[in-house]
Amino acid sequence: MRLAEGTAGARILAFGGYQPARVVTNDELAQTVDTSDEWIRSRVGIAQRRIAAPEETVTDMAVAAGGKALAASGLSPAEIDLVIVATCTAEAPIPNTAASVATRLGIAAPGAFDLNAACAGFCYALAAASDSVRAGTSRHVLVIGAEKLSQWVDWTDRSTCIIFADGAGAAVVGPVTDDEPPGIGPVVWGSDGGMAGKIYIADRQSFIVQEGQAVFRWATTALHPVARQACERAGVDPADLAAFIPHQANLRIIEAIARKIGAPQARVATEIVDSGNTSSASIPLALSAMIERGEVSSGSPVLLLGFGAGVSYAAQVITVP
Amino acid sequence: MAMTDQEILSGLGEIVDEVAGVPADQVTPDKSFVDDLDIDSLSMVEIAVAAQDKFGVEIPDEQLKNLKTVQDVVDYVRNAEVSA
Repeated sequence: MRLAEGTAGARILAFGGYQPARVVTNDELAQTVDTSDEWIRSRVGIAQRRIAAPEETVTDMAVAAGGKALAASGLSPAEIDLVIVATCTAEAPIPNTAASVATRLGIAAPGAFDLNAACAGFCYALAAASDSVRAGTSRHVLVIGAEKLSQWVDWTDRSTCIIFADGAGAAVVGPVTDDEPPGIGPVVWGSDGGMAGKIYIADRQSFIVQEGQAVFRWATTALHPVARQACERAGVDPADLAAFIPHQANLRIIEAIARKIGAPQARVATEIVDSGNTSSASIPLALSAMIERGEVSSGSPVLLLGFGAGVSYAAQVITVP
Repeated sequence: MAMTDQEILSGLGEIVDEVAGVPADQVTPDKSFVDDLDIDSLSMVEIAVAAQDKFGVEIPDEQLKNLKTVQDVVDYVRNAEVSA
């Protein structure tokens, strides 16, 4: 048996993000549930979130973000041979989202699959894409995180409806040339099914339930070692990180983890303030917005950390395209 | 070696200062975390985690909700130390 010829490393060629047009402010939520702008800002750090239109689907948002990343990469659709969509809010169990997204983007007959690692999904998908390119299984991969959480939220439950939101973010992954350093570091990932009951959707008729305190405790104690390990495995000193892009779960979790990592130079993503928690979309959305605003420069090392239901988590260092 | 109440109180004061920005000298036994010190449930989790690091005493979430005053935490830490 022969094996495919691999490559020395993979890198991200481009990012793209998409957010639905509708902005829902805290004051708007306070009209229907017992909450306030002050309470939401102090507990979760969200000022407003984006919510998809009723007819706007996860696939629509994935196509929008994927199309932007593809255009920014300079590749033609024909050059993509694998599409991975990380989502925990797919429209249906079958067909998967990835194949439909590929067809709508004009990508002919790629490998296509969905991946569910909840809010850690993008980092899992990025690792799968990187390994696929390194092994020579794929040449160019379109990785998308897309979610319509608004469909799975009980809009009368003030503990969850203030947090979750909709959106999509995407990255194009490809090989490095021979003399280039790799642009995607080794992933450090893991899970703990013993905590499955802390964030869940019980069945198709149910909504998201979250034990806020338990999740907060886990996130602020278990994850900074994972993040530091990802730096160590990539050979990058946290002190040299240009940015830290954790999943945008809760501003206080973000700040607590950032403090514990010890990366004084790193700009910390706080996209949650204006976008809410968009699960697997939050990391690529935050990073593409920071790149667009010129807050991180090309070639600089950035740490990604996804974490959420499962519980599951994944972290890796990447180089900004 | 078991700590005195005063030692626990002063350690707790440092934690509350660090987590919630409440000056340590305001962390006196009769103060309620929520009503007097304006500390919310998430900050209480951070205090519990920091207390575990400092005192080696685990305060699980289900216990945390019963700890309303500074003295409650001092008692909890002292008793947990004794039984450990």
